[in-house]
Amino acid sequence: MSLKIIVLAKQVPDTRNVGKDAMKADGTVNRAALPAIFNPEDLNALEQALRLKDQYPQSTVTLLTMGPPRAAEIIREGLFRGADGGYLLTDRVFAGADTLATSYALCTAVRKIGSFDLLISGRQAIDGDTAQVGPQVAEKLGIPQITYAEEIQSVKNGKITVKRRLERGIEIVEGKLPLLVTVNGSAPGCRPRNAKLIQKYKYAKTASEKQDATAPHIHLYDARPYLNLEEWSADYVNADPKQCGLSGSPTKVKSIENVVFQAKESKTLDSSDQQIEELIIELIANHTIG
Amino acid sequence: MANFYLDNPSLKHHLQHPLMKRIVELKERNYTEAAKYDYAPVDFEDAIDSYEKVMEIAGEVIGETVAPNAEDVDAQGPQMINNRAIYAPGTVENLKATTQAGLMGLSMPRRYNGLNFPMVTFIMTSDIAARADAGFCNLWALQDCAETLYEFGDEEQRRQFIPRVCEGETMSMDLTEPDAGSDLQAVMLKATYDEAENCWRLNGVKRFITNGDADIHLVLARSEEGTKDGRGLSMFIYDKRDGGVNVRRIENKMGIKGSPTCELTYKNAKAKLCGQRKLGLIRYVMSLMNGARLGIMAQATGLSEAAYREALAYAKERKQFGKTIIEFPAVYEMVSNIKARLDASRAILYETARFVDMYKVLEDIEKERKLDETEKAELKKYKKLADAFTPLGKAMTTEYANQNAYDCVQVHGGSGFMKDYPCERIYRDARITNIYEGTTQLQVVAAIRHVLIGVYLSQMKVYQSMTLNPALDGLKVRLAKMTEIYEQITPQVADTKDNEYIDFQARRLVECAGHIILGYLLLLDADRNYEAFIHSAEVYIQSGETEVYKIQSFIHRFNRDQLDSWKIKA
Repeated sequence: MSLKIIVLAKQVPDTRNVGKDAMKADGTVNRAALPAIFNPEDLNALEQALRLKDQYPQSTVTLLTMGPPRAAEIIREGLFRGADGGYLLTDRVFAGADTLATSYALCTAVRKIGSFDLLISGRQAIDGDTAQVGPQVAEKLGIPQITYAEEIQSVKNGKITVKRRLERGIEIVEGKLPLLVTVNGSAPGCRPRNAKLIQKYKYAKTASEKQDATAPHIHLYDARPYLNLEEWSADYVNADPKQCGLSGSPTKVKSIENVVFQAKESKTLDSSDQQIEELIIELIANHTIG
Repeated sequence: MANFYLDNPSLKHHLQHPLMKRIVELKERNYTEAAKYDYAPVDFEDAIDSYEKVMEIAGEVIGETVAPNAEDVDAQGPQMINNRAIYAPGTVENLKATTQAGLMGLSMPRRYNGLNFPMVTFIMTSDIAARADAGFCNLWALQDCAETLYEFGDEEQRRQFIPRVCEGETMSMDLTEPDAGSDLQAVMLKATYDEAENCWRLNGVKRFITNGDADIHLVLARSEEGTKDGRGLSMFIYDKRDGGVNVRRIENKMGIKGSPTCELTYKNAKAKLCGQRKLGLIRYVMSLMNGARLGIMAQATGLSEAAYREALAYAKERKQFGKTIIEFPAVYEMVSNIKARLDASRAILYETARFVDMYKVLEDIEKERKLDETEKAELKKYKKLADAFTPLGKAMTTEYANQNAYDCVQVHGGSGFMKDYPCERIYRDARITNIYEGTTQLQVVAAIRHVLIGVYLSQMKVYQSMTLNPALDGLKVRLAKMTEIYEQITPQVADTKDNEYIDFQARRLVECAGHIILGYLLLLDADRNYEAFIHSAEVYIQSGETEVYKIQSFIHRFNRDQLDSWKIKA
């Protein structure tokens, strides 16, 4: 059996290690101060895709990412780990997109790619934390979706079995292909970059990267077609500019506040069962735990 | 994100040594493999860039997976279940991650699915691995057995086994037996030819076998019935898939607990002869041991790196008498000594690895075509240097790993004696390095030959003749003076022609050579990268100088009649 798998991945600022300069004075994220990384849950998604490929070696894993030209790095990182190829959706028209405009753009690109069996993405990106893009893509493509996946347990006879990790437990569900799966951070981490693949793909570049390059190995690109990464514009994927980027985004950010957690009041408890029970009830009531 | 390559610039420094250019062009046969393999380099810059990228992967996998698992692996160790050695869960995870990263079979030729990387890079991965977990470093470094299999096995054996190593199957070298430790000539494991099945059969017991339940074993066994010495021994390949070897016991060791050390029983185990009969010990195992000794040098260096980092971190953090303890001379002296011995270890480790690379690649090319005159001269030169530097380097680096671990615990004070800090694990792990693959005492037996025939001395003169940064002149003059002393005391001992007396003084002469050669190597490091190495060069040469004077004084004042008072009379 062979599966055509598309992994949706995003390059994000590394908000996990924020320093003092992480926010600008106007409250927006200072992207220059934060290293750009592969969104962590998208790596979990990529691992699920690669495991299916391990199981069915005839399968293909293709990455699709939208972002500025430097997001080509996401495709390379995927190739270094075992993906077969990827597409970078990049255009000024896409800039400033909210989840609606993003899912629209990704849909147009998925349609351009053509047929597929599985779309896999991370649950959410660490910059926006919306968890909306995956589900919206599925809706727009008119395919079913399984969210919060921790493990794709099997794919056979056009059916997929997925273990979902939910707040209060796990759930095992079945779905019919083609379908979209979003993967949780509790799923296995992605395999490391591979020594042979990094040597094979290290010069892989998009057309615009090649223009900038003063690379001494420019002659390799004709001989090794797999080094040429595809870069798609809005026009190329037949996207309606009005539905893209800022103009396609109904979400407007009014302001961003920097929240600093502070202890305001303190409470002293003795260790009696009653007081502990009261505390637990209180913490559940105010959603601190539960 | 811990990356044990990127956070340690001295590794890149050694990767960029000028001799690498020659090593790589030979190893890559002038970059002709690029036409055939999509991961082969097209030129030198491309190759070095690939080495760096792959070292970065190794640094990440080891920093992110192997290092965090080290404490649990040390506590849990392997288990024996149904006569099999079962790795600790962390070890299984480590092997999976390194295999997925495609790091297995690093130095094997591409036609067997390897990466065709030089020994320098393979040694570097061991250096990095040992810093995280010295026990794991053993399992890792044992893939070097594939090197021996490649050199001496036939084409069918290479095709059968090497790709499996590249896929992550582990190896072992089954040499030691209950009555054959340092003296391998006494090996008794019996190999008999089974005419009916057209294969060899092994029967007997092996002991202290590192990773004894490996997938593929190289076994030293007695194939010539009635013989008693090394000439009756041959080397065999045992494939675990064939069965016949069981684990009878896993040793309960002081350190390197993640690496299972096994007692094995062979019951009619099917095996293949590797190479020719009777050359098992005298040729193949000697080569295997040389590779293994280089591996242990890397392990010792990685342990020194860990000891340095732990000592430094603690000394900078711990406050007593109102200041951090690193501000006290008694403490900063210890930490600086650790650093100097670490940098010196790394200097001889990579110098030796380069020598090994040079002669091995030329020997390999010699199988394909005739060498030209330059190449022949290179082969001879580097083989001689590798032979001389391996025992010297093993002796120096492993003794230093022990001293560094000892001082690291000392810097921690009472806390170092508790299980709370990694330094006690480092201390236990380091202890084996100057014992296995030949004790320091046996390295001295090998190295003294090179003292007596002048290999070290002529190499000291080669280093002395190099033109270096004038800022290093002062240190260079001191090394020249140390060399003079060495030149003077060597014949004082040798000319007696008294073998027992020479043996008695051997360790001192070998150490003297070590202090001078390691001093020169640090000087060369400081010449290429002044800021990074000048402190270690100064500290090391200053201490080494004192040691050389001490040795001179001992030998000078020693009256041969006194030897009697050193003998133990029961």
